[in-house]
Amino acid sequence: MKPTLLAAIAATLFATSASAEDTAIQVENPYVFETARMAKAGGGFVTLTNTGDGPDTLLEVRADVPKVEIHRTLMQDGRAMMRPAGAIEIGAGETVSLEPGGLHIMFMGLPDPFELGETVPVTLVFEHAGEVEIDMPVVKRVVQGHDTMGHGAGHGHGNGGNN
Amino acid sequence: MRVTAIMIGLAAIPAVVLGGWYATRAGNQTAFAACSTSATGAAIGGPFTLVSETGATVTDAEVLAQPSLVYFGFTFCPDVCPVDTVRNAEAVDLLAAQGYDVQPVFITVDPERDTSDALAEYTDLIHPRMLGLTGTVDQVRAAAQAYKAYFNKQDTGDEYYLVDHTTFTYLMLPGHGFVEFFRRDVPAETLAETAACFLDAAG
Repeated sequence: MKPTLLAAIAATLFATSASAEDTAIQVENPYVFETARMAKAGGGFVTLTNTGDGPDTLLEVRADVPKVEIHRTLMQDGRAMMRPAGAIEIGAGETVSLEPGGLHIMFMGLPDPFELGETVPVTLVFEHAGEVEIDMPVVKRVVQGHDTMGHGAGHGHGNGGNN
Repeated sequence: MRVTAIMIGLAAIPAVVLGGWYATRAGNQTAFAACSTSATGAAIGGPFTLVSETGATVTDAEVLAQPSLVYFGFTFCPDVCPVDTVRNAEAVDLLAAQGYDVQPVFITVDPERDTSDALAEYTDLIHPRMLGLTGTVDQVRAAAQAYKAYFNKQDTGDEYYLVDHTTFTYLMLPGHGFVEFFRRDVPAETLAETAACFLDAAG
């Protein structure tokens, strides 16, 4: 194999930063709820599909806010609880949806509110796919469509996340 | 003889009035039961003193002088509360379109962070009529207890703590108090329909 080709393959394999198109992780329908002016927390949602041959794990999320974690909403007897979710495994060919009522990206200590018309740059860090940068548009808070959640139903969602 | 007749007549009036009142209440209960979509025997509601989003101290009598949908939540809640309060706001709009005037109320279970100003901003974003209520920790705890609304602060030692809380919405009618509760998965249309039924039954 030619050295340059080998080098190119090695560079691709060991790349630590990539856009969504370069990785096996397909990003769809990212969005963040708009927040009140004095709000200190915001929620983000996105659908992730692992189109690769092997499993991958979402290790962490980074954004330009003091604290950001992936949280899971748990319901028990009408009681809502939110807990840090830890790493999220996505098997080969599987889709994991961060959507209201389940997993969400929790942005904490917002220096500025999330306003309609803005996008929030976020970096998803995967064990194998590495860092995937996405832009999450701010949308109006509406109750998600009565059919399925997070599939573009409702108003004001951005188009896909493959930037 | 005539005096006796008059005396008997006078004595009968309270009986008729009381009987009529009782019959109306009983009639209400039957009508309410026909509207109810939940099974609850719990005594929900009670006196509270809280601080409104304008900074004014208010009592339950003042707040609940009009039909209200009451929800307990907090503004640092990015997933559940925005969805539930918007659902309530949509129900309020559906009811308004049918001529029913219902006030959405948001009582915080996080009084330490949710000041009157923070609540005013939050509720304005959800619905112009939504009334936010906060208070001292004791006042909020007393209100939550009256509604059997559970909440539990998850202390993380920093300012980014979360609060577990029940997610029911309570329909309160003046003169009747609590009549129904709604879980968070009830769509706005169903909530509005049920609320309209109760408002009609209340007369």
